[in-house]
Amino acid sequence: MSMTQHADPAVTTPPAPGSKETDGRTAQRSLALRLLARPEVGVFLGAVAVLVFFLITAPPVRDGGAMANILYQSSTIGIMALPVALLMIGGEFDLSAGVAVITSALTASMISYQLTMNVWVGVIVALAVSLGIGFFNGWMLVKTGLPSFLVTLGTFLILQGANLAITKWVTGNVATDDISNMDGFSQAKALFASSFEVGGVQVKITIVWWLVFAALATWVLLRTKYGNWIFAVGGNKESARAVGVPVTFTKISLFMLVGFGAWFVGMHNLFSFNTVQSGEGVGQELIYIAAAVIGGCLLTGGYGSAIGPVFGAFMFGMVQQGIVYAGWNPDWFKAFLGVMLLGATLINLWVRQTATRR
Amino acid sequence: MDRSSHSRSRRIAPFVALATAAALALAGCSSDSGGKKAEESAEGAAAGKADTPRMTVALVTHQSPGDTFWDIVRKGAEAAAAKDNVKLIYTADPSAGTQANLVQNAIDQKVDGIAVTLAKPDALKDVIAKANKAGIPVVGLNSGVSEWQKLGLMEFFGQDETVAGEALGKRLNEEGAKKAVCVIQEQGNIGLTQRCDGVAKTFSGTVETLNVNGTDMPSVKSTITAKLAEDKAIDYIVTLGAPFALTATQSVSESGSKAKVATFDLNKDLTGAISKGTIEFAVDQQPYLQGYLAIDSLWLYKNNGNYMGGGEQPVLTGPAFVDKSNVDAVAGFASKGTR
Repeated sequence: MSMTQHADPAVTTPPAPGSKETDGRTAQRSLALRLLARPEVGVFLGAVAVLVFFLITAPPVRDGGAMANILYQSSTIGIMALPVALLMIGGEFDLSAGVAVITSALTASMISYQLTMNVWVGVIVALAVSLGIGFFNGWMLVKTGLPSFLVTLGTFLILQGANLAITKWVTGNVATDDISNMDGFSQAKALFASSFEVGGVQVKITIVWWLVFAALATWVLLRTKYGNWIFAVGGNKESARAVGVPVTFTKISLFMLVGFGAWFVGMHNLFSFNTVQSGEGVGQELIYIAAAVIGGCLLTGGYGSAIGPVFGAFMFGMVQQGIVYAGWNPDWFKAFLGVMLLGATLINLWVRQTATRR
Repeated sequence: MDRSSHSRSRRIAPFVALATAAALALAGCSSDSGGKKAEESAEGAAAGKADTPRMTVALVTHQSPGDTFWDIVRKGAEAAAAKDNVKLIYTADPSAGTQANLVQNAIDQKVDGIAVTLAKPDALKDVIAKANKAGIPVVGLNSGVSEWQKLGLMEFFGQDETVAGEALGKRLNEEGAKKAVCVIQEQGNIGLTQRCDGVAKTFSGTVETLNVNGTDMPSVKSTITAKLAEDKAIDYIVTLGAPFALTATQSVSESGSKAKVATFDLNKDLTGAISKGTIEFAVDQQPYLQGYLAIDSLWLYKNNGNYMGGGEQPVLTGPAFVDKSNVDAVAGFASKGTR
């Protein structure tokens, strides 16, 4: 909880009663500085900088269709970055988030296809499986007291192997069968993977879901008791427990929230590409975590926002696609990505330091 | 949550599960179209089995987990093993060092033959020399068409990636393409780079390469869409793996581009796309044949002293073109996951 601005009682000697405050710790700061100290402001400025940069260097980005494409890419990262960020604020992280997306998609596809069921049956079973994986992660963490890095690394490897082995065992191949001609597919596609037209530009529905989820997460984080619990367990677990925060419930439910996100993105993958390859998803977990960190969440927990990761994911999508729109040498692609992200993170850091320095 | 409600919910859980399953069945949630029921259970031709003595062969590849391509190689090897009364040990690892260890492992098991892919020949040089010294015949497959003889391999089954790329480049000329983009799904992979280089060599138009993140399909789709928007002159997209070709067709329809799609390698969904006309053609290197011949050649050598390709020339399994004219003949086999 390094960034909170509340004065810490009982530790420091209080100023003599009646005397004017001179140490400045509790003095009112200017509105601009207080605004700059918000976790999402740094990344907001970083995102704007990246956007302006590519608007200048890559003319195709100025087109509405290009922006829709960039936002689509950002949304598939962003939907997962939200629960990952909440979990990070709650003091933990989840390395299994990337492959869990594919696990969910594989489950839905195989259940529907192999049992010749309406695809909604597969979708519901996949939700149960995803929440189950989240529960398992949280439960293991709470029961064993091991760091989440170890627990979820285990789950990551288990899921990576199980994705492949079960798919091969059930279908005889390493990719699932095409389910696009099955009952319920078009409904599910409408929910998870459709697009609609705005002013002549095709906009993907995931963008809408992304923003809806972000609004919801912000409300939960800032306006509900559960939101306070998240900050509390991430800041200091023992103190949180001492003041009556249900630490076990909060941690497990946060992991299940990541499970929900994995399910949603998994369903999007399935219904937009009709089949799923069992080896996908590896490495995505780091991109989600990166989006959350760029978005101003601290790796140590207790600090962050839900809006920050939205800009973090946008920045990722913008850089990734912007490089292509700009037509730069593709061999340098990863290096460009790294430099841009590091640069953006530095802006973020600088803004935060300037804002909190007095 | 108090204890009693906890244990009650635990007792109820199985009934809830059972009731849900029953309800789903009753509610008619089954799909009337598609699904497993619609899939014909076309079993592979059950051939007879050789009465030669049982032998053990190790197949060591550089497969990364979950790749459709390698799955087909393995099926070919398994088919040959079943026919030839061979016990097949299949191991794979994408990192060259681990692959070399796996070959050593096979030598330690005193197998009767080793089939190995040479994605990184230098890393395997020493361990192949050891196998030769131990008197174990070694054949190569898939990658390493220019190195197999130098490393002391008996025979080689595969496709020259550069030659395959050149063949595709010539085909693009026939199709009248002017500007192509070559989509690489794994940056830094030598075989993939050779394919794109081969295309560039014979194609009379211009070729650009595009690197995409192969483990994230939505990102592949967005990146190809972005490329099509950046350069409107692109009239052909060349992908280096079947799943990416199918994704590329979505990018084309979304960006409103006129670009056509061609690809290396096949799978069952791809044959459907070729017959529908959304993908123009595929260059197949017949992975099933590579796996099958590698195992079969070791059996022939052991039991009859034969060398395929005479021991001097590689046995080329590609490039074989699959387009609208011959896709129907291939589709049946592809749907079984063997071509």
